[in-house]
Amino acid sequence: MMTKRQNIMYTLAALVVFAGILFLLDENLGAYPKRIFILAGIYVTLALSLNLINGFTGLFTLGHAGFMAVGAYTCALLTMPPDLKTMNFFLKPIVPFLANVQWPFLPALLMGGVLAGVIGFLIAAPVLRLRDDYLAIATLGFGEIIRIIFTNTQSLTNGALGLKGLPRFTTVWWSWGIAAVTVFFMVNLINSSYGKAFKAIREDEVAAEAMGINLFKHKVISFTIGSVIAGIGGALMGHLLGAIDPLMFRFLMTFNILLIVVLGGIGSITGSVIGAVIVTIVMEALRVLDGTMHLGFMTIAGKPGMRMVIFSALLMAVVILYQKGLMGRNEFTWDGFFQRLHRMSGRKKR
Amino acid sequence: MSVLTTDNLTMIFGGLTAVDDLNITIEKNEIIGLIGPNGAGKTTAFNMITGVYNPTHGRVRFEEEDITGKRPDQITAHGIARTFQNIRLFKELSVLDNVIIANHIHLRHNLFSAVARTPGYVKEEKRIRERSMDLLAEVGLDSLHEAEAVSLPYGKQRRLEIARALATSPKLLLLDEPAAGMNPQESHELMEFIRQIRTRFDLTILMIEHHMQVVMGVCERIYVLDYGETIAHGSPENIQNDPKVIEAYLGVE
Amino acid sequence: MSVQLFFQHLANGLSLGSLYALIAIGYTMVYGILRLINFAHGEIFMIGVYIAFYLVTLFVLPWFAAFVVALGITCILGMGVERIAYRPLRDHPRISVMISAIGASFFIQNLAIVVFGGRPKTFPVPPVFGKIITIGGVNIVSITFIIPIITFIALAILLFIVNKTKTGMAMRAVSTDHETARLMAIDVDIIISITFAIGSGLAAIGGIMWGLKYPQLLPIMGLIPGLKCFIAAVVGGIGNIKGAVLGGFLLGLMEIMIIAFLPSLSGYRDAFAFILLIVILLVRPSGILGSVQGEKV
Repeated sequence: MMTKRQNIMYTLAALVVFAGILFLLDENLGAYPKRIFILAGIYVTLALSLNLINGFTGLFTLGHAGFMAVGAYTCALLTMPPDLKTMNFFLKPIVPFLANVQWPFLPALLMGGVLAGVIGFLIAAPVLRLRDDYLAIATLGFGEIIRIIFTNTQSLTNGALGLKGLPRFTTVWWSWGIAAVTVFFMVNLINSSYGKAFKAIREDEVAAEAMGINLFKHKVISFTIGSVIAGIGGALMGHLLGAIDPLMFRFLMTFNILLIVVLGGIGSITGSVIGAVIVTIVMEALRVLDGTMHLGFMTIAGKPGMRMVIFSALLMAVVILYQKGLMGRNEFTWDGFFQRLHRMSGRKKR
Repeated sequence: MSVLTTDNLTMIFGGLTAVDDLNITIEKNEIIGLIGPNGAGKTTAFNMITGVYNPTHGRVRFEEEDITGKRPDQITAHGIARTFQNIRLFKELSVLDNVIIANHIHLRHNLFSAVARTPGYVKEEKRIRERSMDLLAEVGLDSLHEAEAVSLPYGKQRRLEIARALATSPKLLLLDEPAAGMNPQESHELMEFIRQIRTRFDLTILMIEHHMQVVMGVCERIYVLDYGETIAHGSPENIQNDPKVIEAYLGVE
Repeated sequence: MSVQLFFQHLANGLSLGSLYALIAIGYTMVYGILRLINFAHGEIFMIGVYIAFYLVTLFVLPWFAAFVVALGITCILGMGVERIAYRPLRDHPRISVMISAIGASFFIQNLAIVVFGGRPKTFPVPPVFGKIITIGGVNIVSITFIIPIITFIALAILLFIVNKTKTGMAMRAVSTDHETARLMAIDVDIIISITFAIGSGLAAIGGIMWGLKYPQLLPIMGLIPGLKCFIAAVVGGIGNIKGAVLGGFLLGLMEIMIIAFLPSLSGYRDAFAFILLIVILLVRPSGILGSVQGEKV
């Protein structure tokens, strides 16, 4: 059994190696693979934010895309230079108080998270008193309401046209840096007394309440934190893709994140990380099945929708056959890692 | 002042009066029994005292303070803890975590300190862990602290529930059928155990129980319910010889 | 607004309400019997009308035959979804079933995109449904009247089955308690299949009539109406068939009327249902005709 000190040493070493890998990839990856890599990092953050609410606290919510939208739009509107705004808002001019605002990326990113958190907090109060399936539908409803509002507030969000030409702030470092911070935050949170309270609520609400845990307060805390991180994830995504529109944040987006969380293992931080990377890569790889791909000299025609057919089937298969997902509720530990290595090398020797 | 008093406590579900006009008083360090045939309303009484149900009529007072209708977690904060008739452990969490969680109510650090792992928080976390291990040792489960709660045999699960309840630092402990499923040897140990924790933790105890040996052996006073009504109240000797009690349990010739 | 225009809106509202009612019944029956939100129900509705479409255009069946066959195929499909996506998870936590339901919904939707193609198709409306009828100066398409009529007929048949037949009694028994129903020698699995079949059949009828009234078909056409109809079922009282009908009409009328009186809000058309849902869940979660259920501690 490893001591705490050894654990910390190994983790620090891993972080250094990780930073090194990020540097190498940043320098050497082509534009397209790099984009996938950055996207994977963003999905790690998003998956963790959903896992906190759904997996660790046991609240089955389906409105995550709405918080992403709030974060994405807030950050975009704060960082867009005034002339870019004028170009975008040609149908109807932007609201005066935003017209000349231009913030640097970090404060805008954080503001996106904060605003998403505020919306999350406001929604939490009425919605978290509801039972499982009602909670799911209510949060799905709120997610859609947010999207519909964004589609109709022409002078605030540019409505259905969306915002284009967003500055591409999201680099490998931003995406994976925030992912690393989120992982660190989640690990500390889950292992803390508060994290245990969340898990207690998931296991048995009645017992948790009897042991002195204020159900409502803790559910709101979990939900709000989850929405803050979702907002940050949404903002990162917006500034990777360079364009956002309300249609991007429909239920399908929440479904994709849910897919990652389920595949990786509901209630496992490690699972969300691994799931995010795998799903992002495979999603892209399967894009060939979806649309025409221009590979320079040839064009491949695919069947749109095939990708999602496979992924939905995969989701159902996991839930029906393998329920626990990749990691189940287990987490990565250095002890477990080395034990597995020893076992593997032991087999090879024979 | 008495630890717990209920005044005319009544619970009516639609057409059914589950508990009718319950008046009990419990003094400090007493061990009181609440018995009666199945469906007599005993657990309903517990649920009203602990805030799971909002009583239709009547009041509950804990150390002179009116706690009627408060939320369960608020009532636990006042100093009342309970176990459940159908064990409600945090199944997939470890034995130790089950007990640690019950300390959360007294946590003196906020979420930010917890996530940032400030020295103050780390110290408190350590103290909680030690305290929880001590409680597990009390019930003889410290060697199993890493096991998944649901993997424990039935008897040990019951003990874990008690340890968990004790972790909330209660003044009044409500035990719902603690001897259920126990053989005579285990029941005897339980009786000893209850007396011990009463002394060790300066507790007052109210218990629902069907095991008559345990009830008669460890309770100082007993209330008997039947169809929601209090049909008898007194010492174990009085109760054993009360014709109404005998009739309720065995029926009339 | 002129009286004529009002009546036109009213007729449309009743029509839309009927369609919502038909689909909402499917949700409420499945929820009543399995405590499950059949997310895939909206897709069943979509498949129903697509099958009718292909039967008429590709296989050149006369419309009456096409509709009946489409009905049959959709019922089988609905039962199939239950078999594959829900039955294996009967004893699993509710969250797993819900995830499977969502997965099934997306699966069918995207399969439809792959097989049918994402471009809109126009349903060939037989002339009898497209006739313009003029009453008191108001021009209304015949289908607008036919929909409520068919809906009431279907409803009458359904209520007869549920209340007056043995199967219906079995269904009500299973709704209340699976274990006890089994003890009464009821084959719970068959009853569940029948429930899905009926729900899917009604959804198919609703879908076909939807296609006749709003002839543009898209593979994603089931998503939003599906959600709205679930909301209608919740509003009326989930698990309660009359509640689903009430909810459906309420929602349909509300949607048309709000647009009629406040055209500037037409962009928010789909949001009304969600807002109504939130309001109902906060004010009276059991729904208008629903009954409250507690948990034993």
